[in-house]
Amino acid sequence: MGKRLGKQTIEFNNPASIIGNYSIVGEKEGHGIFKDYFDYILEDDAFGEKTYERAERKMLEHAIINSLEKAGLKPKDLDLLVSGDLLNQIISSSFAAREFDLTFLGLYSACSTMAEAIAVGATFVDGGYFKNVACATASHFSSAERQYRFPLELGNQRPPVSQWTVTGSGCMILGEKKSNKKIVNATFGKVTDFGITDANNMGAAMAPAAMSSLIAHFEDTNTTPDDYDLILTGDLGKLGSEILLDLMENKGYKLKDNYNDCGQMIFNNNQKTYQGGSGAGCSAVILNSYVMKKMDEDACKRVLFAPTGALLNATSCQQGESIPGICHAVEIRRVE
Amino acid sequence: MDAKTRNKKYNEYVDKKKPLTKNFPTLIYAYLVGGVICLLGQGIQDALMAIFPTMSLEAAGTWMLIILIFLASFLTGIGVYDRIGVFAGAGSIVPITGFSNSISSPAIEFKKEGIIFGLCVKMFSVAGPVIVNGTVISIIVGIIYLFI
Repeated sequence: MGKRLGKQTIEFNNPASIIGNYSIVGEKEGHGIFKDYFDYILEDDAFGEKTYERAERKMLEHAIINSLEKAGLKPKDLDLLVSGDLLNQIISSSFAAREFDLTFLGLYSACSTMAEAIAVGATFVDGGYFKNVACATASHFSSAERQYRFPLELGNQRPPVSQWTVTGSGCMILGEKKSNKKIVNATFGKVTDFGITDANNMGAAMAPAAMSSLIAHFEDTNTTPDDYDLILTGDLGKLGSEILLDLMENKGYKLKDNYNDCGQMIFNNNQKTYQGGSGAGCSAVILNSYVMKKMDEDACKRVLFAPTGALLNATSCQQGESIPGICHAVEIRRVE
Repeated sequence: MDAKTRNKKYNEYVDKKKPLTKNFPTLIYAYLVGGVICLLGQGIQDALMAIFPTMSLEAAGTWMLIILIFLASFLTGIGVYDRIGVFAGAGSIVPITGFSNSISSPAIEFKKEGIIFGLCVKMFSVAGPVIVNGTVISIIVGIIYLFI
């Protein structure tokens, strides 16, 4: 059994290995900075489906099947699927799970779902309850837009603080098999709300949650930001990342060059996404492509993956509620 | 520090830090595109009156509106109007073409949920407030007009 560190962190005694990972992204993301790292880039965002909801589901299924293949496993070897997405009642995940003959746990933690899925999956593997667990998330720009915002063809302008929901899905297979990348600990976040009510300004709404979980992680594990080769938040975007740096500095933690944010990284500056990417798929595709590659190349040994989620819905915003955020963090370490 | 002061301070800090829409270029773009749409409307009206000399000014105006509404819906359907909107902002929202776009875009978007519960129900999800306010204000103005 693993042990508890401090209030929010658990350390694994039998750390789960990352035995497979896969990323699939939309066309726009395929023109971004990480185009050479993604496993599959869609030519058409609808992925040959009638609706964008179906496309999102198909991406998720595609990511799960192909990550299994990369792990050298057959679908029957998989014991559990842990997955979440942004659509109401997480239909992408449960509908994708319908296609597989396996147990399924649906999670919702908005854009921080990837870390939550990994933490939950790693716990099951560590406890010896399940051998191979798939952890996945997906999001789609067009399905998220119609659920949270306006019709696609409406001629409105996006405010400069807004972000662009990433079309993509990432899946990571955790298992007992040997591998040089392991999930060594996980910090579960607290719901944090600093009173931001502007639903366009997700970065500002989520930055306090990132601060809370990062500090909890450093305190619980007795580490400093300098101990990590990469500290990666999920989709704070440019503004949110700058806010996080300020917040952390006020608390006496200086994040340096080893800090980055998936939302800030994923698009080119000329792709007009203002503050960058967002969505459950954003951190999932960067983690399962670029970060894994860098770890394989031994360019990073210790990675703290801490995506943040904004726990709002369209109704809560219209009723004037402020936006609570959450951030879960997992530490991935390269072992020889 | 209690949560209320902390939140207030944080909001003030974010407001100072966040980038704002640049007034100068957006105003110019809105003015230019809005002007072009109005010019187009005037051109259509003049052309109609030149082609059909018997047509009254009022009838030509109505036909011009119908043509503009059609053009905007057509451009929405082929995915061009939202691109104009990103550039022009209010310039393409305020004229009647923007109203047309605000009805046709949800109609296209929600067609997938069926004709009745998708298209018909959601069609006015963006334009609804304009219609409601337009109607209410017309009634108020009408009542005032009745008494003066």
